[in-house]
Amino acid sequence: MTDELEDELRRALPATQVRGSRIRRRRGSDAGRSRVRTDSAERALLRRDASVFDGGVAGPVCFPETAAEVQAIVRIANAHGRAIVPRGAGTGLAGGAIPLGAPIVIALTRMNRILEVDTINRVAWVEPGVINLDLSKYLRPMGYHFAPDPSSQQVCTIGGNLANNSGGPHCLAYGVTDTHIIATEVVLPSGDIVMLGGLDPEPDGLDLRGAFVGGEGTLGIATKIAVRLTKNPPAVRTLLLSFGHVADAANTVSAVIAAGIVPAAMEVMDQRITIAVENYVHAGYPIDAAAVLLAEVEGLEGGVQIDADRIGEIGRAHGATDVRLAASDRERALLWKGRKTAFGAIAQIKPDYYLHDTVVPRAKLAEVLAQVYEIADRHELLVMNVFHAGDGNLHPLLIFDGREPGVLDRVHEAGAEIVRASLAAGGVLSGEHGIGVEKQAYMSEQFSDDDLDHQNRLRQSFDPHCRSNPGKVIPMGHSCADIQALRRVPTGVWG
Amino acid sequence: MTVSTEVGTRLAAFAEAVGPTGPVAVVGGRTRWDLGGAPTEGTRLVTAPVGVVDYQPQEMTIRVGAGTTVADLNQVLADAGQRCALPDRGGTVGGALAVGQNDIDLLGRGRVRDAALQIDYISAEGRVVTAGGPTVKNVSGFNLPKALVGSLGTLGLFGEVILRTNPAPATVRWLHAERAEPLPVFEALLRPAAVLFDGQAVWVKLEGHTVDVDAESRALEALASFREVEGPPPLPPHRWSVTPADALRAATLPGQGERFVAAIGVGLLFADCPQPARPADLAARQVADRMKQLFDPSCRLNPGRRP
Ligand SMILES: Cc1cc2nc3c(=O)[nH]c(=O)nc-3n(C[C@H](O)[C@H](O)[C@H](O)COP(=O)(O)OP(=O)(O)OC[C@H]3O[C@@H](n4cnc5c(N)ncnc54)[C@H](O)[C@@H]3O)c2cc1C
Repeated sequence: MTDELEDELRRALPATQVRGSRIRRRRGSDAGRSRVRTDSAERALLRRDASVFDGGVAGPVCFPETAAEVQAIVRIANAHGRAIVPRGAGTGLAGGAIPLGAPIVIALTRMNRILEVDTINRVAWVEPGVINLDLSKYLRPMGYHFAPDPSSQQVCTIGGNLANNSGGPHCLAYGVTDTHIIATEVVLPSGDIVMLGGLDPEPDGLDLRGAFVGGEGTLGIATKIAVRLTKNPPAVRTLLLSFGHVADAANTVSAVIAAGIVPAAMEVMDQRITIAVENYVHAGYPIDAAAVLLAEVEGLEGGVQIDADRIGEIGRAHGATDVRLAASDRERALLWKGRKTAFGAIAQIKPDYYLHDTVVPRAKLAEVLAQVYEIADRHELLVMNVFHAGDGNLHPLLIFDGREPGVLDRVHEAGAEIVRASLAAGGVLSGEHGIGVEKQAYMSEQFSDDDLDHQNRLRQSFDPHCRSNPGKVIPMGHSCADIQALRRVPTGVWG
Repeated sequence: MTVSTEVGTRLAAFAEAVGPTGPVAVVGGRTRWDLGGAPTEGTRLVTAPVGVVDYQPQEMTIRVGAGTTVADLNQVLADAGQRCALPDRGGTVGGALAVGQNDIDLLGRGRVRDAALQIDYISAEGRVVTAGGPTVKNVSGFNLPKALVGSLGTLGLFGEVILRTNPAPATVRWLHAERAEPLPVFEALLRPAAVLFDGQAVWVKLEGHTVDVDAESRALEALASFREVEGPPPLPPHRWSVTPADALRAATLPGQGERFVAAIGVGLLFADCPQPARPADLAARQVADRMKQLFDPSCRLNPGRRP
């Protein structure tokens, strides 16, 4: 790390005073502290994200507070031939925020202001570091919310949601993040600032906004985001259906959609995860059921009642042993808390987990799930399934103790087989976590060389020199100058 | 309506027709032919494959040849109780996606840009390329379909597409009031499919369960005297895209002419005169130009057109 680079960064980001923020954050203690950190503790902290992947090496870590500061960092990086990697809360599960090749880490957590809520245009302008749940909590009393609700919403950022095109249980009816991003200001890898999209419904030119969403930090840095406001529904019904077989739950999900109902959410948990969750939050989940289906319908009172009744009937016709309607808001909140803290719950069982994320056609859910159990058994691994069943998005959770010799190899092999089983069933590599470094190697199993070449052209349109988050998404042989941009390609990300 | 399963061969034949050299464009229904400029003289015209390839209503997806007319597509969907976001203006599926314009009831039917899950297109090199994936949820790789929708066929020529479908609502009702304030009407409703305003009168499209449509109809009666009508008013010829806030004050927007119909809460505006050119973001334009250069270096795809 050159001193010159550090000095320039420090001049661009002078130590800060406490700034006014509509969302209160504990930042008083940061006042007067440098916003460019080069100490090994800070850099070590940002070497990883929430995935199992290792091998990152962070360069200087910068905490900008404005787009102009982000721009200054990018320009300094360019002048020094250094790569950059944007980072939100670091909850990504595909290794997207892992710094490869000692890039300058641009941590956006201090850009966390909700700038404007404009109900006429049904939009909120936010900085990228705003926490997902903070935004929805802020909007709720005004009668609105931000629809994407990843299970990590208490910590993940809107910028990370945008970059990963994240989903969540309620994206079944409302669509994933992309549907809810109206416009975004971006600092391009060149250092130019652009506005992509607009508040009008059909902006001129190519939909670069849409192309940018899901770019996993490789296309530039979102510095100001216009998100769509969704009206809070007046009526909600939450149903908990219990089943004697996982396949019955999966088939119920297909049958509900086939009956022309698109619930707000349809989530399935198998028995193992249900027991773990129940022990953890005591939400009243049945621990004797082979699987439970959490289904939620929202809208106006009359229709919601009809849909809830229909879902109950369809469930019973497909073998549901019990259909329970959450009797109060409290019960409803508790059920969702159980679902959303499922990953926390498993920490009681084994110290490590690897959460997979693939999508299969809904009609193939039962079949692929059976394969998932078989694969895990064969590799002597414990697997739990908790997933966004409504859109066929599987989340097999492999649970293990990383200290056990050889276990990581088995986790790796089982994971690869799960991905291949999903593709063979007509599915895709990732439903919401993205490719990052995790699924790079599998990209050529879903896409042809020509397909990957064109994805790389999209990348190069934004980032001709591959300076933004190099070494991600597109597999090495297919990506532009990524290899040059990487000082150190990690050897064995499983290390 | 033919139902074909020879996916690969039809695409391969289309790729062959497009070939690797010379200016080329796909001709669809010619309903939006001059949008973004007509193709230059000497451009070879090809047609995209026609027909439904695969339809899985319970997956909420349909795979069709881009040359299929939207009318035929809608018929197939309606037979299974479904619909999609593509507007039917007499054109083809590929044309509707290439243009990317939404229907006036997009709040109910969704946006065209969100409808294209996978696009198999022919590249400037004459190769078959797949963007996106076949399932309703997918973040495998970059969001290439988004760049293609609305590109007027300047990045690739669409051969086959997989679209997201949705259940058709049980009840659809258009209401009309001679005089009403559009904003209170819009705000009184949970999810109207459309609220249209011409400066005086308001049209509302409600859809969903009959009980809900009835309940929302009653809620509207408190605001103005609404009665049921067949459908929306005739729309003036020129399409504008403005902010929802500007749509509310459409009457005061310079240059819109005498008549207008504004989609409240959306920002689509139909007026007698064309929308004045809007200032372009130069840095965004550079990205778009680079994209065109990378996807079609010899400018052979739809030459003369610019989205
Ligand atoms: C317990 C748990 C549950 C989860 N549940 C879900 C779920 O239900 N659904 C789901 O989709 N995901 C889920 N995730 C994954 C993760 O939370 C999401 O991907 C989230 O959107 C990442 O946000 P982040 O702020 O943590 O981003 P990070 O992990 O910091 O970054 C993610 C990617 O975005 C890029 N990036 C970040 N900010 C910007 C920016 N401003 N501009 C450009 N690029 C940027 C980074 O470079 C990186 O590639 C879960 C994760 C955990 C740990």
